[in-house]
Amino acid sequence: MPLYHNDDQAMLKDSVAPFVAEQAPVSHLRKLRDSADATGFSRELWTQFTEMGLPGMLVPEAHGGLGMGHMEAGIVLEEIGRNLTPSPFLSTSVGAVAALAKAGGTQAGRWLPAIASGEAIIALAIDEGAKHRPDRIAATATRAGNGFRLDGKKSFVLHGHVADMSIVAAKTDGGITLFAVPRDAKGVTADPRRLVDSSFASHVTLDGVEVDADAVIGEVDAGGEILDALLAATRTGAAAEMVGVGQGAMDMTVTYLKERKQFGKLIGEFQGLQHRAAHLYGEMEVARATVMKAQQLLDEGNEGAKLMVSVAKAKAGRAANLAVREGVQMHGGIGMTDEYDIGLYMKRDRALAEYMGDVHYHIDQVARMNGY
Amino acid sequence: MSDLDAFRAEVRGWLEANCPAEMREPIREEGDVCWGGRNWVFKNDAQKQWLEVCAAKGYTVPDWPKAYGGAGLTPEQTKIFKQEMKRIHARSPLDSFGIWMLGPALLQFGTEEQKVQYLNPIARGEIRWCQGYSEPGSGSDLVSLQTFGEDKGDHWVVNGSKIWTSYADQADWIFCLVRTDKANKYQGITFMLFDMASKGVTTKPILLISGNSPFCETFFDDVEVRKTQYVGEINRGWDVAKYLLGHEREMISGGGAGGDMVSIGGAFAKAFGKNAAGELDDPILRAEMAAFDVDVFAYRAMGERFMDMWKTGRAHPASSNMMKYVGTELNKRRHELVMSGGGSEALEWDSEETKGGARARGWLRTKANSIEGGTSEVMLNVIAKRILDLPGA
Repeated sequence: MPLYHNDDQAMLKDSVAPFVAEQAPVSHLRKLRDSADATGFSRELWTQFTEMGLPGMLVPEAHGGLGMGHMEAGIVLEEIGRNLTPSPFLSTSVGAVAALAKAGGTQAGRWLPAIASGEAIIALAIDEGAKHRPDRIAATATRAGNGFRLDGKKSFVLHGHVADMSIVAAKTDGGITLFAVPRDAKGVTADPRRLVDSSFASHVTLDGVEVDADAVIGEVDAGGEILDALLAATRTGAAAEMVGVGQGAMDMTVTYLKERKQFGKLIGEFQGLQHRAAHLYGEMEVARATVMKAQQLLDEGNEGAKLMVSVAKAKAGRAANLAVREGVQMHGGIGMTDEYDIGLYMKRDRALAEYMGDVHYHIDQVARMNGY
Repeated sequence: MSDLDAFRAEVRGWLEANCPAEMREPIREEGDVCWGGRNWVFKNDAQKQWLEVCAAKGYTVPDWPKAYGGAGLTPEQTKIFKQEMKRIHARSPLDSFGIWMLGPALLQFGTEEQKVQYLNPIARGEIRWCQGYSEPGSGSDLVSLQTFGEDKGDHWVVNGSKIWTSYADQADWIFCLVRTDKANKYQGITFMLFDMASKGVTTKPILLISGNSPFCETFFDDVEVRKTQYVGEINRGWDVAKYLLGHEREMISGGGAGGDMVSIGGAFAKAFGKNAAGELDDPILRAEMAAFDVDVFAYRAMGERFMDMWKTGRAHPASSNMMKYVGTELNKRRHELVMSGGGSEALEWDSEETKGGARARGWLRTKANSIEGGTSEVMLNVIAKRILDLPGA
């Protein structure tokens, strides 16, 4: 498969890009933030997403979705990134769907149709500390009665305070097991914290939460593979969103270079800025290609996907970070103001960079996967 | 099975049957690369045999038309061919400036007669070409070149000098930018072709910081060139040169620029061993190598996307400048890490153990990557102007 969008994908982009830009531009984020919204996203917008079929893009057709791939989901995520649109799309429609579709069974039958119909918001309760360490999960699930008892603490759970269900990764006797924990389960508390980018992430406490045996996603002790699928999908999705954030910041900055005058010249005439902008362009193009390659390998079920996913998360992280830093710097004083949008790009980039493993985590993964 | 799958199976079978085992070994020294030409001395029978079977099949220039020595492959087939070559680590049967540069120029601008006359010997490795572009006073500002061809009716008399002519001392013919109108800067250059054995042509190798001399100074002293031996139109050679520069950057972008696109950390782990945790023993070097590997794998994806888009007309025409910039800077970084990884051993300049200082010389050679074929700074200028459309650039 060539590494560019095919006609169907180009058409999808042509319909999604104006939709997101019109319905949820950066002013939409500002409005939510400034109205002290407590949800973290607009339910009306999610209804509009549903009308376009977006929440169920990755849901298999048998479960009421569109059965599309990560390349298609990436198109939506890039526009979400470019417009800084607050949305549960990444956790619900990408991460959760990847896990549920991989696992199949009762929970897939229960939740995938609800995701496709826009009814269910899903959170991913994986992290337990300030850094992403999915190989050191300490939360436990112990057999109790007909089911399990969950204990532990989870952090950085995006949409955790409003999600209808959280996918919780916990240690069981013989490995890792994933559980579908409904919002109203007794013993679950979600403590939402507003983050630098105005999104909400919860500290979730699981205190003797009792769930039935059929709350297990997949098989007991066999959650490792399902977790891997969830992580690969979410990391690739976050990388695609970062490409959107970086591209949005870069476009805005290049436009500014063509408008702002100092010393009687457009500042874009100065070679000191031209070369930095041109370097940034290269980094963004490479990041985009890398993310597309990861999407393609995931869609093919290629065994090389895992390496490319980490490469993509790291590369997109580096490139988008350069884009927002250069963006603020090249805007000068106005870039430091809350009124101007470039700072919002810097904030979103920082949150996405941390989500599901930062640049350093994934660079380390690349070393491990290459045997050093 | 689709047509492309069938093609892949066919290529795989052909390579299996025809590529000698020696030609599947890594390139170890200069002589392992086959450049062809009148004076070429094959390193061994396998190199000769590999060139001959490929030339007979059109596989030295797989995407050229059959009439000119190619195999007439489509872009998709060419990609598959390259993948299959890579799969068995097959060496390129023939490397040459004729294939990379003059060929594409002739395919674009040449007459039918010129194509037949010049392309077939290139494809068969019979004539080795060199490129006469840069001059002592005209580097990045190439269009200021001064080598002059005086019009003598049915021929020109060329005087002047070129520099950085790759392997001019071993080449059979030269494609050369020559000023034919002093009053017209851009539309006063002709793209000439002539035999390096012509009277008045001399070459002098330039000793580089690597201790090697792949480049020459080339002098023209009253060299007569018939007025049929030019490509495109008289005084419009700059169009051909610009096209070729784009093509050169495309070619560099197609894989050459980033150097060897494999994990550097993996290679060093094998060579130097690991600590008890299974990690490369020097944590900071490990981190730098891993960060570099991320960029290598990312650039590999970029190379694939670039070629897919370029071959189908989807790429920005100036995007090869970006590829050249990113790739050559990456390759320089690789060789800095190779030197760090090698420690004091890598400093040895002519010892047998280091194959004559291969690492040190290779490292120094890469410093030219971001100078030749357009400096990194010129690449950034072009991106700023043609892609980002920045003012006054």
